[in-house]
Amino acid sequence: MSLDKDTVRTIARLARIRVEEKSLQPLAGELNNIIGWIEQLGEVKTDGVLPMTGACENSNVLRKDEVTAGNQRDDILKNAPDAEGPCFTVPKVIE
Amino acid sequence: MNDLLQKSLTDVGLLLEKGEVSSVEITRAAIAAMEQHRDLNAFITETPDIALIAAEKSDRRRSEGKTLGALDGIPVAIKDLFCTKDVKTTAASKILYNFVPPYSSTVVENLEQSGTVMVGKTNLDEFAMGSANMTSHFGPVKNPWKNKDGSDLVPGGSSGGSAAAVAAGIVFGATGTDTGGSIRQPASFTGTVGMKPTYGRCSRYGVVAFASSLDQPGPMTRTVNDAALVLNAMAGHDPMDATSARHDVPDFSASINGDVKGLRIGIPDEYTLDGMPGDIQELWNQGIKWFEALGAECQPVSLKHTKYALPAYYIIAPAEASSNLSRYDGVRYGLRVEDAGDSLDDMYEKTRSEGFGDEVKRRILIGAYVLSAGYYDAYYIKAQQVRSLIADDFNRVFEKVDVLLTPSTPSAAFAIGDKMDDPVAMYLNDVFTVPASLAGLPAISVPVGRDSGGLPLGLQLIAGPFDETTLFRAASALETAAGFDVFDHGKDA
Amino acid sequence: MTYLIEGDSGDWEVVIGLEIHAQVISRSKLFSGAATDFGAEPNSQVSLVDAAMPGMLPVINEYCVEQAVKTGLGLNAQINLRSVFARKNYFYADLPQGYQISQFEDPIVGEGVVTLDMPDGTVREIGIERLHMEQDAGKLLHDQDPKRSFVDLNRAGVCLMEIVSKPDIRSPEEAGMYVRKIRSIVRYLGTCDGNMEQGSLRADCNVSVRKPGEDLRTRAEIKNVNSVRFIMQAIEFEAARQVDIYENGGEVIQETRLFDAGKGETRSMRGKEDAHDYRYFPDPDLLPLNLDRDFVEALKKSLPELPDEKLKRFTDDLGLGHYDAGVLVAERDIADYFEAVVAGGKAKRDAKMAVNWVTSNLFGALKSAGLDISESPVSAPQLGALLDLITDKTISGKIAKDVFEEMFATSKDPDTIVDEKGLQQITDTSAIEAIIDDVIAANPAQVQEFKGGNEKIIGWFVGQVMKASAGKANPGAVNQLLKQKLSGG
Repeated sequence: MSLDKDTVRTIARLARIRVEEKSLQPLAGELNNIIGWIEQLGEVKTDGVLPMTGACENSNVLRKDEVTAGNQRDDILKNAPDAEGPCFTVPKVIE
Repeated sequence: MNDLLQKSLTDVGLLLEKGEVSSVEITRAAIAAMEQHRDLNAFITETPDIALIAAEKSDRRRSEGKTLGALDGIPVAIKDLFCTKDVKTTAASKILYNFVPPYSSTVVENLEQSGTVMVGKTNLDEFAMGSANMTSHFGPVKNPWKNKDGSDLVPGGSSGGSAAAVAAGIVFGATGTDTGGSIRQPASFTGTVGMKPTYGRCSRYGVVAFASSLDQPGPMTRTVNDAALVLNAMAGHDPMDATSARHDVPDFSASINGDVKGLRIGIPDEYTLDGMPGDIQELWNQGIKWFEALGAECQPVSLKHTKYALPAYYIIAPAEASSNLSRYDGVRYGLRVEDAGDSLDDMYEKTRSEGFGDEVKRRILIGAYVLSAGYYDAYYIKAQQVRSLIADDFNRVFEKVDVLLTPSTPSAAFAIGDKMDDPVAMYLNDVFTVPASLAGLPAISVPVGRDSGGLPLGLQLIAGPFDETTLFRAASALETAAGFDVFDHGKDA
Repeated sequence: MTYLIEGDSGDWEVVIGLEIHAQVISRSKLFSGAATDFGAEPNSQVSLVDAAMPGMLPVINEYCVEQAVKTGLGLNAQINLRSVFARKNYFYADLPQGYQISQFEDPIVGEGVVTLDMPDGTVREIGIERLHMEQDAGKLLHDQDPKRSFVDLNRAGVCLMEIVSKPDIRSPEEAGMYVRKIRSIVRYLGTCDGNMEQGSLRADCNVSVRKPGEDLRTRAEIKNVNSVRFIMQAIEFEAARQVDIYENGGEVIQETRLFDAGKGETRSMRGKEDAHDYRYFPDPDLLPLNLDRDFVEALKKSLPELPDEKLKRFTDDLGLGHYDAGVLVAERDIADYFEAVVAGGKAKRDAKMAVNWVTSNLFGALKSAGLDISESPVSAPQLGALLDLITDKTISGKIAKDVFEEMFATSKDPDTIVDEKGLQQITDTSAIEAIIDDVIAANPAQVQEFKGGNEKIIGWFVGQVMKASAGKANPGAVNQLLKQKLSGG
């Protein structure tokens, strides 16, 4: 499967990364190089093999329903680029 | 003071115990070495003040008979991927250039509770993505080892800064993280010991996430015994990490007794690559001979799907990373790029394209692509299936052998600037380390010799899940047999 | 009784599926230990995990899992012993992680069914497709500043159950009933408080239209409707809008819309036209959730009696009519109150009498006072005692109404009020006769009318006797004796 610059534009949009129009083709080339190399996985017979979703053997790890966090607004806002009062702010969103 | 700094962590610990040296003295030496070696660019943030306060506290504890253990008072470095409370933590990225976490990662807290002294946060590849420490926003790291002609070498990556700090004799140990080889490969390139524990041994809470199902914190040290001591301090179940293993943590260094008689060692066929440099094959053969001389039994084994590990990794890791890095959006911390009249999406796009370096962006895009509609089954699911097969290969082999012996890297350290044109060429550095990562197995790189250019090379040992004790035992025997001098590079200069 | 929309080209059927988001009652959030209380100061119930700080990780709240399983059982649904949390990836200011942890291919609850008791006496079954658990998002405030939106993450990470119906609903009215039924079930179970004004229960409505017998056509989704009334209005408007489009030769586009309550219309959500590719994949920070059968069985045994079972018991065992029983079981509080009224007393009280008093008198008084049944000044035993006084004829039904008013105002026992005001019914025939004699004597003209053939005037006499006795005379006895005296002479 080969990526063209339209696909790169779509993916970049999904990932919220701005890519200059002139960079789309070169980037497509780079990504195609990587994807082409990855495609050798197609050689492996995997019928009926369960995908491995993690490398750990744990069974469920759950926690009790207790309030153990929160009430730490200063910490939460400490690194905010543009906090105002008790809130984070962002450019106006129209819903 | 150089002498002191070049001791192993274990030996310096003994000196502290005997009262022959104080933590403050050692720490001052480490700080001076850190300043002296600034040309290596191994550190993003130096924390001498914090270090001296911790050293004083350690000395005071010792004078009161309340030492916290073998690591109390020992200068270490922390990879700048581990959040450290009130100390800037950047993941070597512009997007976190000013982030000061109000919390520490569990591993860092564990080390603090063992009394270690943090002298600084080490440099790394941005968001742990890289094998040469060339992608850091804060500039590349130089290997303390140099080419014969004096030119600079990469230290490996992503934990290049930690490896350099240990190899240069600045600290006695450093934390790294290993996702596809980011501890073991730089250890091999810098002639140090680097160990990736079983997935889940160390908590990932507070470690900036790259690929969640692969990331694992681990120790980087000068000796195998040092690594065992540091791992004991780092490891343990953490209820704040749902992937954290509930296995008991044994005393890892207690198993190091040099005895490998009867140990069954597997030599995987598939790790012999076409065109592999002769010196690496020789060193590997030498490793087999050393073990056999000690009474271990080496036998060839087959890990059939080895060659597919790298491509599977380069689907899974970017996929997870593309999602893990979505939180870096300029809203709650870090860089925000916003011009007048920008919409929310404008802000997101500008912030992320300016804040992330090229390699990170590439991987995010690959990751988003392989998860996208229409490609998920062909790529992501396929890769996870191949991953299962790779793990099965290992399981079957570990019914017949106790450990596996392989090269750590397909070459010694290369020149700074090499392999930067072709990402895939860079990815191939991890060909020997990635399979154990996919299977979640513990693995260690031990420095054992030099290539024809005089540069360090390591051999890798891999053990079964949660069998770090056997791993350390075998690694220590190999280390002793090889007799590699970690500080050889310093003597040449 | 099918709901159809008339178009020029024929009748159109409406196909509706509802996705209900129900906030789970729990002390802390689904994946973090922050509190879940409504109305707290902005960002005061936000943990480092909720704020998606670097290195933060989710850990599942076991109680939220129980609540989801209980709800699944209440929907007569299959509980999946293995379920997987998956990441739904998209960017928005109320979504700190840049993904929502939800469940995709493997939800915790599978197919189920909910029954609706229709007003015409029929029963409609609405299929449940699935129930899954997911994180709620934070809140954006748009009115604080002209150029910026403010972000409050208190709600981010609260556990939601998303209950997805099959597209079995066929009218706005059915949709309303379905939502009320779901709300009733979760309130019974204590898994969600169902408070739609506060947003703890909200619905996304998927609406399409078609000619009867056709396959499904394109649907539009109306998001986040937070009252039953609005849901019904939105569906009605949207269905008509779509019919209009088709009748005029157009095509309905698949899109997300919002309901504008002010205008009673749905409108397209501008700016969300991008096709969303959520790139779902299993969350690698969480393990698959494995439940064992014993755990589910234990929860099943712990469930309270649910509305349907209770309704059956009220109609079969207590002999109530379907409609009345339905009104009582709609809220667990009401059903419990009613049962307490019936259960007390020396012998079980008359259920039909009880239901009338509860649903007419009590409900009316509560509504006027703006109270709900849990705040009723009249307790169930007190109401029961009032019914006893009527049954044993101590007071008449009419007097009982006055007593009730007094009970409601003062919370006093009925016996106390009756004694204090001397309201005991007069049943002593000689006393009644005496009053009757007085009335007859005082009204000769009306007596003549009766004798002249106007039998209906008895009613007027009864009224006079009741007035003279301050309402305390037993009406039955009055009637009988009057007839005797007026006829007899």
